[in-house]
Amino acid sequence: MITGKKAKTSVRLSFSYVALVLLTVFCAYPALWVLMSSFRTGDALFSDTILPASYTFSHYIGLFDKHPFGVWYWNTLKISVSSMILGTILTLLTGYAFSVFRFTGRKNLMSMLLVLGLFPGFMSMIAIYILLNQMNLLNTHTAVVIVYAAGAPLYFLFAKSYFDTIPKSLVEAARIDGAGHMPIFFRIVLPLSTPLIVFTSLMTFTGAFTDFIFAKLVLRSPDKKTLAVGLFDMIGDRFSNEFTMFAAGCVLAAVPVTVLFILMQRFLVEGLTAGADKG
Amino acid sequence: MQQLAIKREYPEHSRKFRKKAALLSALAMGLGQIYNRQYTKGILMFAVYVYGIFTAVTSLPHALWALATLGETETHLQKVGRLYKQVMGDHSIFLMIEGLITVFIMLVLVWLYIAGIKDAYRTGKLREEGIQPNTFKQTLRFVAAYRFPHIVLAIPMLGIVFFTVMPIIFMILVAFTNFTRDTMPPAHLINWEGLQAFKEILRIKAWSHTFYSVTLWTFIWAFFATITGYFGGFAAALLVQQKGIRFRSFWRTAFILPFAIPMFVSTLILRNIFNGQFGPVNQYLGMLGIAKAPWLSDPLWAKITLILANFWLSFPVSMLMIIGILSTIPKDMYEAADIDGASGFQKTRLITFPMVMFSMAPLIIMQFVGNINNFNIVYLLTNGKPLNGDFQFAGHTDILITWLFKLSMEQGKYNYASVIGIFIFIVLSAFAIWNVRRTKAFKEEEAS
Repeated sequence: MITGKKAKTSVRLSFSYVALVLLTVFCAYPALWVLMSSFRTGDALFSDTILPASYTFSHYIGLFDKHPFGVWYWNTLKISVSSMILGTILTLLTGYAFSVFRFTGRKNLMSMLLVLGLFPGFMSMIAIYILLNQMNLLNTHTAVVIVYAAGAPLYFLFAKSYFDTIPKSLVEAARIDGAGHMPIFFRIVLPLSTPLIVFTSLMTFTGAFTDFIFAKLVLRSPDKKTLAVGLFDMIGDRFSNEFTMFAAGCVLAAVPVTVLFILMQRFLVEGLTAGADKG
Repeated sequence: MQQLAIKREYPEHSRKFRKKAALLSALAMGLGQIYNRQYTKGILMFAVYVYGIFTAVTSLPHALWALATLGETETHLQKVGRLYKQVMGDHSIFLMIEGLITVFIMLVLVWLYIAGIKDAYRTGKLREEGIQPNTFKQTLRFVAAYRFPHIVLAIPMLGIVFFTVMPIIFMILVAFTNFTRDTMPPAHLINWEGLQAFKEILRIKAWSHTFYSVTLWTFIWAFFATITGYFGGFAAALLVQQKGIRFRSFWRTAFILPFAIPMFVSTLILRNIFNGQFGPVNQYLGMLGIAKAPWLSDPLWAKITLILANFWLSFPVSMLMIIGILSTIPKDMYEAADIDGASGFQKTRLITFPMVMFSMAPLIIMQFVGNINNFNIVYLLTNGKPLNGDFQFAGHTDILITWLFKLSMEQGKYNYASVIGIFIFIVLSAFAIWNVRRTKAFKEEEAS
């Protein structure tokens, strides 16, 4: 009886391991393929073997020689970090205000923001373009940062749901001790919200890091381009066939964000769960 | 307000304070407050009032004219002496946006005006009851203490009004004009056309055919994209979290990869992987002696590829969420089930699945809504291709949002794009409001 159960378990486990390995291959394959392609000699997509026959670093060097890759990278980092800081602050404050306080029009305002968040962003791009033109901000990074940060609070719901889970008694105790709203927020609520802060920052960071439609519209000159725009142009153009160099660019662009995500996994699960739990 | 006001014994006054204060405030903002002896506040409000009157007189007529006519003089050549010189006419789009901004500001001022009257009335009432009205300092303290959420929300809301609400209203207005590339200002004037664009999209056969087909595919796409992502994530979560599995964090990390790689990178990579001629997928199929599949060039295959690629991109998020939820399910439920002799499958079906569904249901609907709008993957993976000769500027895999993009950015048919935008907006808001009203986050508060 016991051996039968054991055998059953081990069969189940072996099947599971096979499934896990297959799924891992499925998940990792595109990343590995691009990594391999970036080291392959020549610039074609096609190859007879999975592993390159010979390795070369020339594509990585070429990125900086033939394209202003360093400038793109720096631009992207500048934009993403600034939008991340601004956007996260705005999102947290919005979520906090909706979670803790009760005021008239609150629910309607929340529903309105949620619906606005669903509205396709570039529908309004022409208007934003004209607005930026009026403010003399076209082809500047400031414009992109302002627009990204201004849009971030639309996704306040995760923050609100997370703050909802913080016990009210803590805040009330602090209030009885005479703490004002700002000290309560910074000294008590924020330190308890690390997963949320990490989650929100990551989301605003990657949002700014990967957006290319709006960036493409606003940033016109080559020295203002971001990674997404630059890389897209590299293969979007019908006559360009620098696939291997594009692959190298992808690796350089993707590695920092990917590593960040993997390191922050735990916070991601917690940040997402709070949102899922409360909707 | 009572908390900060000091109650004093006043002689019985006449009960005229509130009426008088309100009337004075209606006459000019701030007068009521001055009458109530809140001098600093009154003067500040009066200054706003003067500014408001000034804007109303100087720019409101122009703004209304601009919104009503969208400009009257076209750009034309004018004879100056012997030479013809180009004279710039009215720029309809600028006029529209400037008009909108002015109307917005006026609305805010009107709102302040009404709030001022209300405030004067309330303070007058307090005075009748013998309560000293707040001094300016007290008012400030009151605002900091009891209007904190309003202050906190002011900045994000300002950003949203300017960069989201106003542009949306602008785009909605565009649907009622003849704004296309051919009538691009400043060379031409734009006119109000009423429901013309709506009629053309719904009545002209070529357009309505595209519209209905693309809408149908959008919903099919959103349905499959959501379902595959959700159940894929569910399966992966169960697989990783099941009893006796080792190296859990390794597997989890591997499965997060698609989520972690920046989306524009991974989608562009996938586009190459599925390339019909050179892509590795077809190469491997060839090595195995299986015929190459037209992944991106055949309409049906392109749709399948799209859903497959989306599955790859989206299941990790569901997996992470479900792993989070799994850890919150009480263990004793499973123990009780074990005692009753339930099989593993039964436990999953009767305990795990309902518990996860309970938490995830609102999110699934939000994901569905998000997929209707999932511009990036369609644009980057297939760009709507393969082309469809029957469609107006759309391919087989184009969803509403990418069609809209093509119409506006590539074809310059801004009014048609706006009509589609309005349609998407109505569909999405219906889903979203219905959904949000049902979630716990809203319901909980009704009880409290």
